[in-house]
Amino acid sequence: MNAEQARASLASTFGVEVAAGVPMVVTVAPDRWEELARYAKETVGCRFFNFLTAVDWKEQGLEVVARVDNLDDNVGLMLKTRLAPGVTNCASLTPVYRGADWMERECFDMFGIRFDNHPDLRRILLEDTWEGHPLLKSYAVDTPHPPYR
Amino acid sequence: MLDQNTTTRVEMDWSGPERLQMNMGPQHPSAHGVFRAIVTLEGETVVAVDAVIGYLHRCHEKLSETLTYAQYPSIASKTDYVAAMTSEFAYVMAAEEIGKFEVPKRAQYLRVIVAELQRIASHLLWLGTWCMDMGGALGGGATIFLYCIRERELILDLFEALVGARLLYGFFQVGGTRYDIPDGWAQKCRETIAVIESRVDEYEQMLEDNAFFLARARGVGVVSRELAQDVGIAGPLLRGSGIDYDLRRNAPYSSYQDFDFTVPTEKDGDCYARYKVRMQEFRQAVAIIRQALDKLPAGPISSRPALKSVAQIRIPKGEAYARVEGPRGEVGSYIISDGSAKPYRMKWRGASFSNLAILPHIIPGHKVADVVAIMGSVDPVFGEVDR
Repeated sequence: MNAEQARASLASTFGVEVAAGVPMVVTVAPDRWEELARYAKETVGCRFFNFLTAVDWKEQGLEVVARVDNLDDNVGLMLKTRLAPGVTNCASLTPVYRGADWMERECFDMFGIRFDNHPDLRRILLEDTWEGHPLLKSYAVDTPHPPYR
Repeated sequence: MLDQNTTTRVEMDWSGPERLQMNMGPQHPSAHGVFRAIVTLEGETVVAVDAVIGYLHRCHEKLSETLTYAQYPSIASKTDYVAAMTSEFAYVMAAEEIGKFEVPKRAQYLRVIVAELQRIASHLLWLGTWCMDMGGALGGGATIFLYCIRERELILDLFEALVGARLLYGFFQVGGTRYDIPDGWAQKCRETIAVIESRVDEYEQMLEDNAFFLARARGVGVVSRELAQDVGIAGPLLRGSGIDYDLRRNAPYSSYQDFDFTVPTEKDGDCYARYKVRMQEFRQAVAIIRQALDKLPAGPISSRPALKSVAQIRIPKGEAYARVEGPRGEVGSYIISDGSAKPYRMKWRGASFSNLAILPHIIPGHKVADVVAIMGSVDPVFGEVDR
């Protein structure tokens, strides 16, 4: 599927505006997150899982961002979903992409987002006893470090 | 084979053959850094791997929110310190894309030259350490390692002459490069790449005529096309699995479209295929550097006036994801700008992080001795895994 076909089919399937551009940005509600990823993989052909991360928009809530690519047709999609303020649960993409495993663990580690149905959701970069989630805007960059062990 | 249960621990009520849990790392010489693999063994065969990373985590993403667009590029060096030029490259490209900075043609070519030199230096370190991992099979083990380090020194000498540093450079800046090449540098560079080109042939002879090397590399650690994309591995690993994809050709940046080069791919997806891809990339990198030196345009190396303060570069609100083809694959920087002098959010897509995530999928079923061969063939740099 080329970029223009992908744009049109995503816009009609999910009923959202998809601006043309590189990469195309598709934003859906959290309840369609996994469905969007599955559609991107199976219909648009974005089989390459690039990365998954989040952005803390403070009182406007957390946003989960994933980037997937169709390497054959050179189509890149930036998938986004905005969680409601205070919500830290999100559907996991691990049933769709195996690469989401470590990326979601990192996202949980850094933002405290709990990915439902993730098979092994534990911290990946920080130690298990770490308090807080450093990439939240509320986490001060000079937060005192608890003594090691 | 054992895909579905590889990242979880071993079940407690196991009633099959005796199982043993063994730590490899975090200070294992073959780990290429601080990496701990908790492997579960049945006899000599690995049945599960739990990869423990994060020993080198410095939270670059938080750090970058506190540093300006003028300050961070030289810090970006420290994510992947074996290929420091690459990470600086991705970061400044993302900032330039949002800020719509023009980069002068000369600076674009200089960027290509250092990026390709860096690829050679990085692949040399990979080849040397990987062959050392394979140890006794190569008749003394450290031979290739010493040869590779010898050649890598030549490139570090070039970098030292260019920026004054041998490992972490600060060569890139938003809008161009910080340094221009000194007198005589281009000639020295040509001589160096000619030496390297001839040495690569020597390495290939030494290794590919060695039955032990072939036995340890062929058919070991096979990654299928489908798994490669699903996990998101990149660079030589992806191309070793038969996927013909290289950002320098598929999404050209910094004038890569001006150069003739081929993208080597191999079909087998094993350690040997990854080795083959990298060996051919040496020669392609040399070819690109030659063309860039031949065609190096005259002109300025930066498109903006010099700074009076580090907070002077401001880029408008917006976001961009810029990516470059590093020695280990796609290195990307996703910047969200709120219009101030620092990013609101910056995400590193570290190639090594995604590449390392393949290990739990391919190691089970192999013997312990193969674990080091597979790990080395992935070429992880832990500064980039942990960021």
